[in-house]
Amino acid sequence: MSPPLEHDYIGLSEISTMESSDKFSSSASSSATVAEDADDRRRQALNLKETELRLGLPGSESPDRKEKVGLTLGLLPKSFVSGAKRGFSDAIDGRAGEWGFAGGAGSEGELGKGGVSFSPRGEGGAGGQHSGQGSAGKDAVAKAAGQEKKAPAPAQASGGSDRGIAPAAKAQVVGWPPIRSYRKNTMATNPLKNKEDAEGKHGFGCLYVKVSMDGAPYLRKVDLKTYNNYKELSSALEKMFSCFTIGQCGSHGIPGRDGLSESRLMDLLNGSEFVLTYEDKDGDWMLVGDVPWEMFTDSCRRLRIMKGSDAIGLVT
Amino acid sequence: MAIKKKKELDTEEKSPENRILSFPDEVLERVLIFVKCHKDRSAVSLVCRDWYNAERWSRTHVFIGNCYSVSPEMVARRFPNIRSVTLKGKPRFYDFNLVPPNWGADLHPWLVVFASAYPFLEEFRLKRMTVTDESLDFLARSFPEFKALSLVSCDGFSTDGLASIATYCRNLTELDIQESGIDDLGGSWLSCFPDSFTSLEALNFANLHSEVNFDALERLVARCKSLKVLKVNKHVTLEQIRRLLVRSPQLTELGTGSFSQDQKLRSDADLESAFSNCKNFNTLSGLWEVSSVYLPALYPVCANLTFLNLSYTALQSTELAKLLQNCPLLRRLWVLDTVEDKGLEAVASSCHLLEELRVFPADPFDQEVIMEGGGSGVTESGFVAVSEGCPNLHYVLYFCRQMTNAAVATVVRNCPNFTHFRLCIMNMCQPDYLTNEPMDEAFGSVVKTCSKLQRLAVSGLLTDRAFEYIGTYAKNLETLSVAFAGSSDRGMQCVLEGCPKLRKLEIRDCPFGNAALLSGLERYESMRSLWMSACNLTMNGCQLLARKMPRLNVEVIKEDESDDMHAEKVYVYRSVAGPRRDAPPFVLTL
Repeated sequence: MSPPLEHDYIGLSEISTMESSDKFSSSASSSATVAEDADDRRRQALNLKETELRLGLPGSESPDRKEKVGLTLGLLPKSFVSGAKRGFSDAIDGRAGEWGFAGGAGSEGELGKGGVSFSPRGEGGAGGQHSGQGSAGKDAVAKAAGQEKKAPAPAQASGGSDRGIAPAAKAQVVGWPPIRSYRKNTMATNPLKNKEDAEGKHGFGCLYVKVSMDGAPYLRKVDLKTYNNYKELSSALEKMFSCFTIGQCGSHGIPGRDGLSESRLMDLLNGSEFVLTYEDKDGDWMLVGDVPWEMFTDSCRRLRIMKGSDAIGLVT
Repeated sequence: MAIKKKKELDTEEKSPENRILSFPDEVLERVLIFVKCHKDRSAVSLVCRDWYNAERWSRTHVFIGNCYSVSPEMVARRFPNIRSVTLKGKPRFYDFNLVPPNWGADLHPWLVVFASAYPFLEEFRLKRMTVTDESLDFLARSFPEFKALSLVSCDGFSTDGLASIATYCRNLTELDIQESGIDDLGGSWLSCFPDSFTSLEALNFANLHSEVNFDALERLVARCKSLKVLKVNKHVTLEQIRRLLVRSPQLTELGTGSFSQDQKLRSDADLESAFSNCKNFNTLSGLWEVSSVYLPALYPVCANLTFLNLSYTALQSTELAKLLQNCPLLRRLWVLDTVEDKGLEAVASSCHLLEELRVFPADPFDQEVIMEGGGSGVTESGFVAVSEGCPNLHYVLYFCRQMTNAAVATVVRNCPNFTHFRLCIMNMCQPDYLTNEPMDEAFGSVVKTCSKLQRLAVSGLLTDRAFEYIGTYAKNLETLSVAFAGSSDRGMQCVLEGCPKLRKLEIRDCPFGNAALLSGLERYESMRSLWMSACNLTMNGCQLLARKMPRLNVEVIKEDESDDMHAEKVYVYRSVAGPRRDAPPFVLTL
């Protein structure tokens, strides 16, 4: 079963980066409608509770946990086994991983499609950058038409967006950034391909795979070669995506900390579990943890942290 | 050899001064042979009539920066002995899709005139020209001495055109089609070089998409003993490169194909030894799809490398660092921003002689991907690191997503000799991300510190203040590229008033209007061209300019009928050839 393509509230869809750049070639004339969508999405996204994305300990701290108990990221303690995990969670000892991605970041979400800056580094002052996002939204829309812009657009960190302004419209400004057509066409197939090819290659260099998380405005890439087992992978992923929550914790008035504490857990009410899934060489989506680690790295093409409710149909 | 012109014999009619000061044309022409640079030659030709004549008879290479500034007939009339022609066509923003296709710059009219005027023509070096297969065929048949064809960013031709060149140009030494948009109909053109053909010295087909016939290539390389430059496309495998290297250890410039292999090579040692045999490499490029396990094979040739082009290779910082440790003599380095700041730190520690750095974005349009370990791409700290380790840096092209005024100030303090400073902060109108101020001070520090600056490209959030700085300090500036910047007409006015050496000004999406355009009335005749798109120009303003300056071609590109008054894209250039006769319907000459 292939995962659903659209996620309504944030609008992040499961498309490859190459496809997305094709999408962006639509002209700015669509910016008007997109702007409205962006606003709608942002409003929706600001319904914090509903849009909170978390990995919860099923059966533990979050009372509103849905029944997809069996489907978890497997960052869960061994004790929690029902339905799930063959191998993966068994390998994980006693860690309660919980990550949340609070809805406040949703405002980035809607910019995210077109690229927003979100500094994964944390040291850039994730909070400060986030605060810039909201206002960037409206400005973004005006920019989308490629008009000259006077007001500063505080969007950005080292993160993904190359334009930061036009994002919500998902429309690319013609000829920006100024890359020669020849290089653009070549790049569309090459360097990205370097990594795609690496996914399938055995033993050479690195094995980068994209990791997307439902509701997150951007993807990450990890090198599977740098991990030796599922546990290392899961802890790395947790670190990677938990940095969202540091900022968000701040904005919710909850003290941010590295990692997540029990008290944090208490405070996050509506949780929905997340499941780590991967797309294998045949294009099928599988739950992570079913197969031995080496077999997993050999066949994994990309990872996706999926909402539990979406993963329910996955079988090994 | 130059054809001698008969000297006028009625010297007694000349004034005493003339008789004393003039010396035989033959002597002057002998001396002028050593004056190669076209700017110098232009200066020589302005001295007096005699010198003008001596210069025009002795000139063998003509450089035409704008193919519409002069007609081929005029060139042929003035310069009787041309062997080599450099011709540039479309405005540079054509590369970024701002100029509609079929705009012009067709080579053919030039070929027709030159075929009769210069039957012994040897070289064409073309940039952004439209060249058809018919033109290539005509060229190949019309010039029996033809030696060198270089097509940079050209389009309109296919591999059939290349086949004509290969078939008929018996004395060809150079065939270079880099970055041209070629219609790839297959690889048999290489086989068209006859077996007796051995004169090739440079071959660059790196941008071809299709496979070439490798046997034909190998045989060609084997029999062309003077081959110095070989740049193949990505279909040539590592094993094939090895075989080519064995045949041509005298190469000085190599563009590899794919640098990875699905099945294991015969042996890694063979690859390394093939490279080690090549003692003369100074340039390495290509390296498509690098598998880092094979990179060490390159180390033997790195010792003498002066130019390393990794701009199509998604290397990580550690791989780059290891490679660069072997390249102490590197002067020019092009990389992708996948190397990140850490990679640039490696540059700084290994390549102290570096003069030119270009950092291209791997995913300029992909807003979603962020590399593991932090940001994606390079930042201001990488830039500063390079400037600290490479004091000779004078050319930079840097694509990034964040920058600060302070960092740029530091960079130019470390490297005050910049001649080319092209900074592209890819997020439009982005301010200094730490202080949230405009980037005015950054470019201010560049122009204040770098007195030799010839070329500048600005980006980020900029007000008129930046342009005031440019106008005040950038006295040697020749080329300026501006996008999404400025606050009013004053910005452009400052530049036009303050930069006496300005030759090319290209502007897009800035709030400059008719007043700014007209403030440069006196300037445009001393410039090659002005491009303004998506600014606040109107047809009236452009018409006024055209009326006042009849020796300028003022062209407006009108792609849609919506707003008749707005001049969306304006291209102004000086010309002695009058308005274009081949303008397509969407180009209006005012």
